[in-house]
Amino acid sequence: MGYVMVTGGQEAIAAANKLSKYYRVKDAAEPLPVKEIEHQLRLLIDRVMGEGGLYAPEYAAIALKQAEGDTAEAAFLLRAYRSTLERDHYSLTVEPARMRVIRRLSSAFRDIPGGQMLGPTYDYTHRLLDFSLRQEGEEELRAFLQQWHLDGEVTGPVPTLAKVSELLRQQGLLRQCPAAADDRVPFDITMASVTFPAPRSARLQALARGETGAMVALAYSSLRGYGTVHPTIGELRVGYAAVDIPYPYADGGEEILIYIGEIMLTEVECINSFAGNEDGGAAQFSLGYGLCFGQNEPKAIAMAILESSLQTKGPAPVQDEEFVLMHIDCVEAHGFISHLKLPHYVTFQSSLARIRQAQQQAASK
Amino acid sequence: MNGSETKPVWLDTYNFAFLDEGSKREIRRKTLKAVAIPGYQVPFASREMPIARGWGTGGLQLTLALIGRGDRLKVIDQGSDDSVNAVSIRRLVENTTGIETTVDTAAATLIQTRHRIPEQPLRAGQILVLQVPLPEPLRLIEPREEVTRRQHAEMDYSAMWLALYEDIVRWGDITVGHSYPCLAHGRYLFSPSPIPRWDIPKLHQAACLYLFGAGREKRIYAIPPYTDVQPLSFDDYPFAVERLAGACCRLCGSTSTFLYEIDDAASGQKLYQCSDTAYCQQRRQERGQA
Repeated sequence: MGYVMVTGGQEAIAAANKLSKYYRVKDAAEPLPVKEIEHQLRLLIDRVMGEGGLYAPEYAAIALKQAEGDTAEAAFLLRAYRSTLERDHYSLTVEPARMRVIRRLSSAFRDIPGGQMLGPTYDYTHRLLDFSLRQEGEEELRAFLQQWHLDGEVTGPVPTLAKVSELLRQQGLLRQCPAAADDRVPFDITMASVTFPAPRSARLQALARGETGAMVALAYSSLRGYGTVHPTIGELRVGYAAVDIPYPYADGGEEILIYIGEIMLTEVECINSFAGNEDGGAAQFSLGYGLCFGQNEPKAIAMAILESSLQTKGPAPVQDEEFVLMHIDCVEAHGFISHLKLPHYVTFQSSLARIRQAQQQAASK
Repeated sequence: MNGSETKPVWLDTYNFAFLDEGSKREIRRKTLKAVAIPGYQVPFASREMPIARGWGTGGLQLTLALIGRGDRLKVIDQGSDDSVNAVSIRRLVENTTGIETTVDTAAATLIQTRHRIPEQPLRAGQILVLQVPLPEPLRLIEPREEVTRRQHAEMDYSAMWLALYEDIVRWGDITVGHSYPCLAHGRYLFSPSPIPRWDIPKLHQAACLYLFGAGREKRIYAIPPYTDVQPLSFDDYPFAVERLAGACCRLCGSTSTFLYEIDDAASGQKLYQCSDTAYCQQRRQERGQA
């Protein structure tokens, strides 16, 4: 039976699944606890939650364990799970201006009200491989945490900080976002197929779910000259924002909110060099907006750049809405790239017939 | 193969046929619209499925939205019931519906396929769901959806005609093999999905319903029963299907089916075999070979 396409497909799949599991655990001294993935690979969890479109740190950790650390595969697992969930409630607008900030910077102003907060970042560490991590022990960790609680922990309420963009807006330096009336209820790209030109809410949603690497590459192309956007970061903030839903049994009248928890977000507002108003108004700055789950600064900055760039017109790839929005989704891109591994015997046979026909045609001339 | 494989428990944990009823309703509504406008690509939301985008999620969503407890499902890939992706999709449907599947084309009420239409003519009442990677026939000529939607609205297919003409000028013939652009009932240009030319005539005035699902591109379209389907062609360059002169299936001897070729390393000869494995098997049975 040497020539039959694939025989025993079912057995082959079952065996492949087993083999994958074998490769996942074969050299394991002990099983990797999901809790440890969740708590020690924080940035990876954040990335997967963002690309998976589901804020669920524990599920992201399970997905990463199941996918042996492949971020695209983990995001895919989250997305597939997410699509089986009923939408029982819609939250009210989450307001990052009132977030409990753990990190905040502005590269536009040195002194911003409330000050800059470096927070947790690798930005100023020297990238030297830390071999001491090989021996990181439980005792040492505990001692470190104890010390931290003694002299590091902030007590009392954390202040919420006013937005830098608000300052510019008050001075009339910032173009008002033309929020169209029909754009008030956000478009949901998971519930309807997006059409072009897309409403801004659809753009923002696609970007917020986009793949970090793809978005960084595209945003980088704009900075390097394939586009016109090379912004200044007005403000980057990372922190916890409260999520509220309306009380489901409210009988009209007053609005009652139910606090359901908080989520970590990274928000970026970037300022673009001024452009004259088309309607002849004074020159003003325009703002690009980036927001994503967890602490994922490259993605939030890239999102703000792309969001700005899509508001400009020109021949660069990042000025083309369809080009950007259709190609940054990791589940779609990885899915279609990997489909090339499927058999294409029939289409290739058809192409063979055509190329032979063309060759014969040429030979008979 | 082994008895240790655990039985799937998805029947208890997920809704019948995986998708929630609201999603199924949306897909069925969009399908009705597609049937009403043959060849027109209807946008739909396209849920994320547990198989990868580009691996048949559009077809799968149609199948799951349409399937009922009384249905018999057949799934093929490249014409084969035993191809790994067909097996994978069939198992997903089995595990989430508990319905029976079949390899017998005539016994199936619903057939999901990739790249082929079965050789045995389908009868009224049967539905063939085709998986579609790129639903837009104009896409390779015009990358922008905004533009191609307008071209469809205005029935402006001049760019496609020109591309085919240029093909003839450059190569002496139209070089499009699979995914041959066709006109649905004299109105919408559509992609028949990457089926070979061989299968194109089966779309014309068929008794069954053809549904096309593109999950990644989020489009559904249809060729309802008894619809005219014309492959684009010029009077002096008529459309022709693939022909392998003198070839016949090495298993069933068929000369009237789509064959794929095999280079026999031992003899150095070229051998041929039916791509539709169920049809080939049936022929062999009829001839008392199996």
